[in-house]
Amino acid sequence: MIRLIIFLLLSSPTFVVAQDDLMALATDSNETQLANATFKATRIINGHSVETVGKYNMDFIISHRFDRLNRGFDDFFGLDAATNRLALEYGLTNDVMVGIGRSSFEKNYDFFGKFRLLRQSTGRNAIPISLTAFTGYSLRTFKSDPRRTGRERSSYTGQLLIARKFGEALSLQISPTYIYRERPDVFTDLKSVFATGLGGRLKITKRTSVNGEYNYVFPNQIDDRYKNNLSFSYDIETGGHVFQLLFTNSFGMVERQFITETDGSWSDGDIHFGFNISRTFSFAKRSKPQ
Amino acid sequence: MKKLWIFVLIGVSSTLSALAQSEIYTSGKTSVSFFSAAPLEDIEALNQKAVSLINLKNREIVVRIPIREFQFSNKLMQQHFNENYMESEKHPYATFKGIINEPFVFTKPGIYNLTATGIFNLHGVNQKRTLSGKLSVGDQGILLETDFTVLLADHKIKIPKLVFNKIAEQIAVSTRFNYSLRQK
Repeated sequence: MIRLIIFLLLSSPTFVVAQDDLMALATDSNETQLANATFKATRIINGHSVETVGKYNMDFIISHRFDRLNRGFDDFFGLDAATNRLALEYGLTNDVMVGIGRSSFEKNYDFFGKFRLLRQSTGRNAIPISLTAFTGYSLRTFKSDPRRTGRERSSYTGQLLIARKFGEALSLQISPTYIYRERPDVFTDLKSVFATGLGGRLKITKRTSVNGEYNYVFPNQIDDRYKNNLSFSYDIETGGHVFQLLFTNSFGMVERQFITETDGSWSDGDIHFGFNISRTFSFAKRSKPQ
Repeated sequence: MKKLWIFVLIGVSSTLSALAQSEIYTSGKTSVSFFSAAPLEDIEALNQKAVSLINLKNREIVVRIPIREFQFSNKLMQQHFNENYMESEKHPYATFKGIINEPFVFTKPGIYNLTATGIFNLHGVNQKRTLSGKLSVGDQGILLETDFTVLLADHKIKIPKLVFNKIAEQIAVSTRFNYSLRQK
């Protein structure tokens, strides 16, 4: 009995003390926290990242790839010739975006959609990874001889983009990929090609990072003259733009072009200098407190 | 044995009084917003995930604002804010813990101009501040509105040199908190 009394007397004041620590009451120790900025842009370099543009935000992306460095001094290490891709990307919601692009290389048009399915978070609703689905269609429009039908010039891409941010500085992504080309240029190539992208971002300072990306095509699907795509970039972000300065062995910037039809080889010096500049515009209404 | 019962009574009643504490009010709807005029695109954001509590007994007030919940209409700007200015992975919350200097009553309708003195923590840096606000007690409930400015330099928030759109050195912050009795 005495013990009970002592217990009651001792426990009640401590209970009051606990109630008095207001900051502790304001703290939800198990709060769900979303991982921010796994990658800076919607691309790692050539390939898509798990990121989407925000709701009612539009990204205008200007990309250039210069000719190969091993062209030598006469062509100023490839800078004399360039190919470009202009693209617009728009966020329908914070998780769904659509895009359209036009490449000068093969006069290619590409259309795509990206859907964020999972977002890495900690706390009550912890999710270890971010998952985004990508689907794209591309159409070549350059004049070929013999002429090909629209269907023969088409290709389709499906990707699952799976990424995890390990702490503040490091993000890694793996991207299982399926590409279907209606009519491959090399007739012994398979129409259906399976590949996987591996990409990463290492933050160096608050606003710059180094990215790497490798697209591995599983063997016995495409001709030996095609190489796997490997790229490195240096990203700078300024609050309105993301600049990516990059080196890659691929001239094209659409999945069919850089995953299944890269003919440059790093070891031979077939390296293209290039850049992506993305500028974000917001069409969202001002967020007003109600 | 009688003495014993008195002890029990004291113990139980003190526990009950602790349980029946009705002095703590908690925020329901909250909004924290800031605005900075900039040449190309105004910089503004709204946060509706802040939590605030007031203890009537000692007039203590606390506010806790999750930095990552500031919503910008331009999502790249939002990332920029989190990564380059606030470093919200390192400093995920801004907090204020202080004492309201003037007396007020939550049960009597009216408007009170109040000040609170305490520690404002932002970007991991503490600043002693006295913030003034307007407390309205009315049919719609209890509403506390506060406007104050934050000097970035006070909190060691550096403005990056190479930026597309510069934020001002001083940021005007407005908060609105609705309070109701805390349910246990």
